Amino acid sequence: MSVQQDIIHRLQREILQLQGSRPPAPGQVELDMGPINTAFPNKTFPIGAIHEFICPRPPDEAATAGFTAGLISGLMQLGGVCVWVSAGRKVYPPGLKIFGVAPDRVIFMDMRTEKEVLWVMEEALKCERLAAVVGELRELGMTVSRRYQLAVEQSRVTGLVIRQQPRQLYPNAAVARWHVTHLPGLIGPDMPGVGFPRWNIQLSRIRNGHPGSWEVGWQAGRFHFETAKASVQEKVLQKLTG
Amino acid sequence: MGKRFLSLWFRRLTTDYVSIRRPALLHQPFVLALPDHGRMVITAASALAMEEGIQTGMAVADARVLVPTLEVLDDKEGLTSKLLRQLALWCIRYTPIVAIDAPNGLLLDISGCPHLWGGEKVYLQQIVHTLRNKGYDVRGAIADTVGAAWAIARYGRVTPIIEPGEQADALLGLPPAALRIDPLIAGRLQKLGLDRIHRIAGMARQSLRTRFGNELLLRLDQAFGRADELIESVIPPAVYMERLPCLEPICTAGGIEIALTKLLDTLCSRMQHDGKGLRTAIFKGHRVDGQMIQAAIGTHRATHNIAHLFKLFEEKIPTLEPGLGIEVFTLEAPKTEDTGPSQTTIWEGAGGWLDKNLPELIDRVSNKMGADRVHRYTPSEHYWPERAITATDSLDEIALDRWSVTRPRPVYLLAHPEPIEVTAPIPDYPPMLFRHRGGLHKIIRAEGPERIEQEWWIAMGQHRDYYMVEDESGVRYWIFRSGHYKGTGPHQWFLHGYFA
Repeated sequence: MSVQQDIIHRLQREILQLQGSRPPAPGQVELDMGPINTAFPNKTFPIGAIHEFICPRPPDEAATAGFTAGLISGLMQLGGVCVWVSAGRKVYPPGLKIFGVAPDRVIFMDMRTEKEVLWVMEEALKCERLAAVVGELRELGMTVSRRYQLAVEQSRVTGLVIRQQPRQLYPNAAVARWHVTHLPGLIGPDMPGVGFPRWNIQLSRIRNGHPGSWEVGWQAGRFHFETAKASVQEKVLQKLTG
Repeated sequence: MGKRFLSLWFRRLTTDYVSIRRPALLHQPFVLALPDHGRMVITAASALAMEEGIQTGMAVADARVLVPTLEVLDDKEGLTSKLLRQLALWCIRYTPIVAIDAPNGLLLDISGCPHLWGGEKVYLQQIVHTLRNKGYDVRGAIADTVGAAWAIARYGRVTPIIEPGEQADALLGLPPAALRIDPLIAGRLQKLGLDRIHRIAGMARQSLRTRFGNELLLRLDQAFGRADELIESVIPPAVYMERLPCLEPICTAGGIEIALTKLLDTLCSRMQHDGKGLRTAIFKGHRVDGQMIQAAIGTHRATHNIAHLFKLFEEKIPTLEPGLGIEVFTLEAPKTEDTGPSQTTIWEGAGGWLDKNLPELIDRVSNKMGADRVHRYTPSEHYWPERAITATDSLDEIALDRWSVTRPRPVYLLAHPEPIEVTAPIPDYPPMLFRHRGGLHKIIRAEGPERIEQEWWIAMGQHRDYYMVEDESGVRYWIFRSGHYKGTGPHQWFLHGYFA
């Protein structure tokens, strides 16, 4: 029985590799996402892949920017540079510092139209030595996402697409689809102030993984998973009950 | 190798220019005139008019007596210098150093250039023929010194090309006016019977100086090559510049690419040898019809990587219009910087700041989209949020100050603070409610205030009291009150950003 299990696991790993999600090479950045790791294939955050973040309302964009900044700081931990491509940028560089990203290590590319963002983002994703590329786009269709995914499979750059108020959520080739929303801050009862930021992270699509939702905070320069509860089962239940 | 100079003399520059533009005037005597003391004075006369005996400096009324059908056109101030400059720029295709020799000539430093055209004779013929075909009555001469070339172009009767070292023999038979001296001095020499240079060349220097001043001696020395003479080029030649003359005019994109690769190849190997890298480069093409086309690029870090530079230029090649063909290509690097010895192998795996991939990406983006699109920020010693960062275009600039984390700063900052309506319980307390764009937000928790004063030495205005507030769904805002609490008056509160 266990032999069969082993074979199945091995075959699954091989299939994963064929599908473009490789386990991190030694010496490469590895992102520890605590309980969220169980949702990912190989139990590691997919590096060298395209992630999309859906932000239906403007405040969600800020929450997403904070969460992505946290991810970027992890991706940049071995040194490296991040490129932030957007049209009509609202990100305030000093605000990234609290999430462990040195703002002078982020190159902001400010375009006028979304079409320009598309081109620049693809060029940046092909640039091998970048730690991450963040792009602010409204739509991410099949063609574009497939091009991006092919580019990052070559270059091993992690691409994060922040989709601001998307009109349609068509299927695309991105590896993961996230929804980040605000939650009341992390703070003890009867304490003054607003506390540490806290978000509800919903992973609604993950290729070869398990979708779920978690509560994640940011405290002392790292993600705070204390309150996180894996709600994979919850999700399954939801599905069953309709 | 000795210097060689070419002097061009345009005998009737302005009238030639006018008849090129109006070919009908070729068969009619005409003059250009300017008003002077209430009468029209002739400033230039065409060849036909000269034959009739009309001279420059005559009054138009007198000339009309000689030629009743004389056409009189208005001269323009500065036309000569404008034309000379245009012609000098055109001549850049033959040599990088071209100087204007007012009022009616050009001087070309052609040292080391004629062999590219197959010798001085062909070189001179080509320049003079091309100019004559354009319609300019031009004479040219080549000699070792500026003075000799000038004299032979204007007064020479035998041969326009004076072999190296033989300028003295060629000059001796010419009148003293050929020495570029004041017409007054030339007139006095003529009066004294000194009508050929050989008569004064043998005289004692002392007596010449006392009678005719230093200028004559200086001009004499310059013409014979005993004194140096510098000419000032219309375009100062760049240190790093390469030229590529073409056998046949190039008019295809493929040809331009080949020319560009060749030029980049030579320029970059030279720069690599000198330990330099270019920050800006200009690729120019001189067209058959005298126009010049160019494409310029800039880089974010000094580089001499041929493949990368070619890529930057590649996108500009379609914008170059070759017209009837391009004769000469030049590539120059006006701005260069030292580059350290390349350390690509060390940084290969690090993905660090000094990686060369990144500057190349930035160059590609800023050359395609525009130079102002790529930003990098360093902290600036200001509390006022809009001024707390400075954009820098250099990748090497290290943040001098530390990024401060002691004060909360939002991850999203609105370009312009948006007015909100608030309900605040007591002055200086954070608001309980606020309304922004029609949406009502109930504030649950708040932090603040953080007062940020205007820097009076930069701008005047109210201070701001910032609060970080959180509404019932956990969304965090950065709002401020502008100035002190006034009790009345709307638009005192603003939303300035969102926290993550």
